[in-house]
Amino acid sequence: MSTVRTPVEASATTDTSPPERPLRSSKGRFGERNAIGWLFISPTLLVLGVFLFVPIAMAVWVSFSDWSGRGSPFAGSVGFVGLDNYARLLTDEGLTRSDFMTSLRNNFYYVLLVVPAQTVFALFLAVVLNNQLLKARGFFRTAFYFPSVTSSVAIGLIFLFLFSGTGPVNTGLALIGVDAPTWFADARGLLHLLGDGLGLWDISSPPAALEGTSILGLSAWQWLAGPSVALSVIIMLVIWTTTGTFMLLFLAALQDVPIEVEEAARVDGANRWESFKAVTLPHLRPTLLLVITLGIIGTWQVFDQVYVMTQGGPGKTTLTPAYLSYSYAFDSGQWGVAAAMAFILFLIIFVLSSLQRYVLRDKDEAKDRRLERQAKRRRGGQSKEENRLLSQAAHQTAPGEARSSGSGGSL
Amino acid sequence: MTNPLIRAARSRRAALPVLTLTALSLLAACGGGSFDDGAAAGGESGAPASQEGPASLRVLIASSGDAETAAVTDAADAWAEESGNEVEVVVATDITQELTQGFAGGEPPDLFYVDAGAFPDYAVAGNLYPYELEDNDDFYESLRATFTLDGTQYCAPKDFSTLALQINTASWEAAGLTDEDIPTTWEELKTVADTLTTPEQAGLAIGGGRDRAGAFLVQNGGFWVDGAEGTVTASEEGNVEALTYVQELLASGSAVLPSDVDSGWGGEAFGTERAAMTMEGNWIRGAMTNDYPDVEYTVAELPEGPAGKGTLLFTQCWGIAADSPNQAAAVDLVSYLTQPDQQITNAEAFGVMPSRQSAEEDYVAAFPDDAPFIAGGEYGQGPVTLPGLVPALADLDSQLEQIKTADPAGILESFQTNAEAALQQ
Repeated sequence: MSTVRTPVEASATTDTSPPERPLRSSKGRFGERNAIGWLFISPTLLVLGVFLFVPIAMAVWVSFSDWSGRGSPFAGSVGFVGLDNYARLLTDEGLTRSDFMTSLRNNFYYVLLVVPAQTVFALFLAVVLNNQLLKARGFFRTAFYFPSVTSSVAIGLIFLFLFSGTGPVNTGLALIGVDAPTWFADARGLLHLLGDGLGLWDISSPPAALEGTSILGLSAWQWLAGPSVALSVIIMLVIWTTTGTFMLLFLAALQDVPIEVEEAARVDGANRWESFKAVTLPHLRPTLLLVITLGIIGTWQVFDQVYVMTQGGPGKTTLTPAYLSYSYAFDSGQWGVAAAMAFILFLIIFVLSSLQRYVLRDKDEAKDRRLERQAKRRRGGQSKEENRLLSQAAHQTAPGEARSSGSGGSL
Repeated sequence: MTNPLIRAARSRRAALPVLTLTALSLLAACGGGSFDDGAAAGGESGAPASQEGPASLRVLIASSGDAETAAVTDAADAWAEESGNEVEVVVATDITQELTQGFAGGEPPDLFYVDAGAFPDYAVAGNLYPYELEDNDDFYESLRATFTLDGTQYCAPKDFSTLALQINTASWEAAGLTDEDIPTTWEELKTVADTLTTPEQAGLAIGGGRDRAGAFLVQNGGFWVDGAEGTVTASEEGNVEALTYVQELLASGSAVLPSDVDSGWGGEAFGTERAAMTMEGNWIRGAMTNDYPDVEYTVAELPEGPAGKGTLLFTQCWGIAADSPNQAAAVDLVSYLTQPDQQITNAEAFGVMPSRQSAEEDYVAAFPDDAPFIAGGEYGQGPVTLPGLVPALADLDSQLEQIKTADPAGILESFQTNAEAALQQ
């Protein structure tokens, strides 16, 4: 265990055992270096501790407590309630669970629409902007990126105005003879409307089989609602604002694609689409992974648009876990439940991100690694010896190299 | 595998215990200090805390505008001068959030606005120091009841507002109606709304949610809950009748929800003349003067229901923090801020109604047009103030959005279930 050791201590150990001097002294230097290293990173550790680890630890504790929001959550009067808060969200029948499930449903449809759409649009815009022949690329790049750097509150307010009952959008739609809904007051689900339009069901008298089946506090009919009209306005807004950010990521990655490879593909007779699919897209895989991961994390945490524009209404169809957590904490003082929601949300994000990382992994690379492991296992004990030697060698790494590895490790 | 990677893995393992230690010691540091005083007497009435010498009070208000800020600041400064204490009036941008931070941090403002809706949860969490002013009986009974929980009154009502019926004068006259026709019963309200309805204008705009529909429940002798008994009464037959009446009004097309006519609230529907009547509180005065100065209107009391007169009242009180070291001085400041003269000054400055009965006469003399509003103080029903009901009430509001098509009994039944479950927790 290499805890902080003062240089004096380290050199003392060295002096008392002359026979093993070479080895010990190298360890001593290592310890000394370690101490200085810890000293250098201690400000960062302190900042991380205060602003990251402590808040997370507090939130974990709150999610298992009955803290009422008065005084410190660690005060003696705050009780431990075990998994009660989690049970209220997941197993106990009641309003808390159905609120939470409603928010998960809304957020699920939201993610389902936003993530693919923003990824595809961003990729499309990046490919277009990467075209050498395009004029005024700088202008378009700025124009597409502009929504991303504008305050989401300001954009939210503008959308409220655009999509109000007699706003510009509806006025425009009326001109072409479309009878538009009152967007932000319309709680009807898009899937419900679609089914109604296709004659699958009547939206005003839902099929008894769906209405009667209750899953986790919501009826199957409610689960299948799809995003409401109001939520779809928020979906459009978010796609519009975040596409620009991800477009920049794709654009940067596209500029890294070696032009020779593309030209070679062309020479080999691939058309534009084929060379995009077989050459460009595989090059973009790491960026694609990043964009989708960031997309999933961001969309599951949507809060500000809901807070500014709808506060969860109409009919709770724009409620999201992040907003619900806020409202349970600040409006009704149920801090334990609110914190538990946050951790369930964290789990969902964690699982989904890992899942998509697995799905999008580089299959060739994974195969190579598997083969390598198998080869190693066949060699057996021999490789263990190799590892030991390797790790011994690691101690004697030059300081410069060690530093660069340290920063690599923390990423 | 290369050397640097192995090293990185090793130092990461080594870092864990150090991080844990850092985190733990910081946790201890955060927790320390408030261990004892955090648990101390919250919510228990006792001698007000006071310190030696002049007190320095921090007052947090949610101001409706410059007029309110100036009025409160001036009054507080005058008190400070008179009593030799210091006062700082701070205007909150989001009072719920700022109070929450204060309560959690153990240093809340000494004195602050408490909305009736937020009051029960604050009281149960032990954030409020309960007090009564010397002439407590002068406050309207209904307001005192609003801020009473389990037999303890927690704070002094600051002022209040009630719902009344606003009538667009031009539409009224155009429909050939006179003062005789001002509706006093549910039937008359329905008839008048029908008469006033034209293709361009709905007869009546009723704001959504429990804070408007509730008035009809009161007029039929019921309400969502029985505050004194601490029970939920929503599913009683009278309430179903009242909601059904509201549903019929809306279904007939003579009454609309503001969102039906693309308005955010009843006042907007009324001001833009998309509705000829609406049911709003005295706050509509400011909106009409500022945004729709050309619309002439009169105000009448809400019509009587089968069980007599009924309206809703909305109020705030002056909360004093349980953790405040200057409670005695804060009580003194509240009694200064709520004296009748000061309340009349506030009414003139920003249009709220005095919470003291002794100020009613002067108020009516100064604002004869507001008589229908202040009359509600006698028979009005305060908001639901049972603890832990915020999510259930939010759910009720959300269901009431669909009142045109939903089953009234179903809405009430579901609120009954949710609220009862919440009260048991």
